[in-house]
Amino acid sequence: MSGAAFDPTAPLTPSGNLRRRRAFSRVAETGATAAAVLAVAVLGIVVYTVVSRGASALSLDFFFTGEPTGIGPAILGTGLIVVIATAIAMPLGILVALYLTEFAGGRADRPIRLTLDLMNGLPSIIIGLFVFGLLVYGNTQSAFAGSIALAIIELPLIARGSQEVLLLVPDSLREAADALGVSRWRTVLTVILPSALGGIVTSTVLAVARAAGETAPLILVCSVFDGRKASLNPFEAIPNIPVTIFSLSEEANPEGFARAWGASLVLLSFILLASLGARALLARSRAMMAR
Amino acid sequence: MNGTTVNPAYVADIRRGRDARSASRLRRIDRVGDGLLHGLCALAALLGVVVLLLIGYQIVHGASPSISKFGLGFLTDTTWQPNFNIYGAGSVLFGTVVSSFVALAIGGPIAVSIGLFLSLLAPKGVRGVISPLVEMLAAIPSVILGFWGILVLAPFVHTEIEPWLHDTLGFIPLFGPPQTTGASVFTASLILTIMIIPIIASISRDLFLAVPSDIQDGASALGATRWEVVRGVVLPTTASGVVAASLLGLGRALGEAIAVTQVIGAGSTIKASLFETGDTLAGRIANQFPGAITEMHQASLYYLGVILLAIGLLSNLLAQWIGRRFDYSKAVGK
Repeated sequence: MSGAAFDPTAPLTPSGNLRRRRAFSRVAETGATAAAVLAVAVLGIVVYTVVSRGASALSLDFFFTGEPTGIGPAILGTGLIVVIATAIAMPLGILVALYLTEFAGGRADRPIRLTLDLMNGLPSIIIGLFVFGLLVYGNTQSAFAGSIALAIIELPLIARGSQEVLLLVPDSLREAADALGVSRWRTVLTVILPSALGGIVTSTVLAVARAAGETAPLILVCSVFDGRKASLNPFEAIPNIPVTIFSLSEEANPEGFARAWGASLVLLSFILLASLGARALLARSRAMMAR
Repeated sequence: MNGTTVNPAYVADIRRGRDARSASRLRRIDRVGDGLLHGLCALAALLGVVVLLLIGYQIVHGASPSISKFGLGFLTDTTWQPNFNIYGAGSVLFGTVVSSFVALAIGGPIAVSIGLFLSLLAPKGVRGVISPLVEMLAAIPSVILGFWGILVLAPFVHTEIEPWLHDTLGFIPLFGPPQTTGASVFTASLILTIMIIPIIASISRDLFLAVPSDIQDGASALGATRWEVVRGVVLPTTASGVVAASLLGLGRALGEAIAVTQVIGAGSTIKASLFETGDTLAGRIANQFPGAITEMHQASLYYLGVILLAIGLLSNLLAQWIGRRFDYSKAVGK
């Protein structure tokens, strides 16, 4: 700065130090962009591999017969386990969310939110160990035990998701209901829940998508099954997709690998479609709420 | 209030006192309803707390035979020999820490860069497409990612990345000679990297979006380049949040069982090289629990669960504490 005299006729382009700083900044921008491209590329590669290798396994038989040709019983089993889990976790999750937004004072609020966050952060294998000790030890494996484990995984997701949309319900609605002399429980059931329904369904769908692919707890509580026959009895271990993929991946058997890719394709398409659908639903209910 | 006419029937009702009676019945229903709903909600919330406590109790209870036999020495003992009923968590603890930290070391910077790209660089339309795609990475079930890891990633790592790293950085013991297969701690770390990137990226994106634009504009007005705005304004104001996000990602990596057990190769000794097989706490539980017959074997696996639970809860609590303690928006009173 000191030596160079100010030259008003010099062109207005960066020189010296500024040029270096600009170049560095551009390198950093390129790096950040590259990182984002990398993440999307990894997603693309994984999805492409699953689709290209799984597609050849798909056939009508694949969906409707049991082992060794198809995974019909596993699809049915995963459906049953997830439905029971959601039937347990959804009402509980909504009630917890309602407690947080409508009833809890400042003092009860924090510990319960902390509980939900800790529950959400629990490794799923720990939940598997817990349910094993609670229901399976000295007993037998069962689809029901798997459902309980998945319900524990779903609960914090549904509760926190529902809580967020319940907080978006405008206070003016609550005040209007109060002003009309409507009691609290009627307000909750007829005003607050309906207007938050879209968001609650969204978080439930996301929780289902997460639970459907959980493998670790099922390995411990619902993994010894006969993959040939379909069963809807929740009190025995029934075939399910994640454990099927896992056990096939552990055997070095090319035919098994082909079946595992097919099963992966079925599971992944369900999960990705469910999360995409939930996302679209969320955008719509946000837009409606903002009106 | 013009033109309001009162229905004469109501007037008659009120005169006869019917309204008062039905109102009191209504009030009774409402009292019961209010109490019932409040009670149910409180009960559900309480159930959540009870389940969490019960999980802790059950895991410790399951581990108690092993805890009383091996004590705290379990943490450092590296022998794990079910045939001789000798168990120690040393090697899996080592494997867990190494694989998770390698994942964080690779994934953390990438994820923060993605967050920066999404919040500061990308045009709105691009952000709307890339953001969900990055989050979708988190939706891939770990069993599928692990299966992909065995058949696609591990061979690639084995033939391409490991030899290259060994040739260029082989003087560091971490990058030893490649082994016979791609199943290694390094491959497991890469899978964990893929898992934690979306978590850290989406949290840090939200953090960066919340940095007030006037202080960023202020820095730009002083002549700072885009990188200098990030370096001097955005990162310092969100540093604690980024640390908290990384801890959450770390917690996820520490607890991942399935994908890790698929690709890590279930080694049972401590090796300096990342390209050797290893095992983690969660991976060992997933791998051996279904076949654990003796009581002590099972209890020792539960003991691994106790360690995992403790580490997981600690990292989670620490993340919460840091996130709250150093919350920028609170510090400036917003």
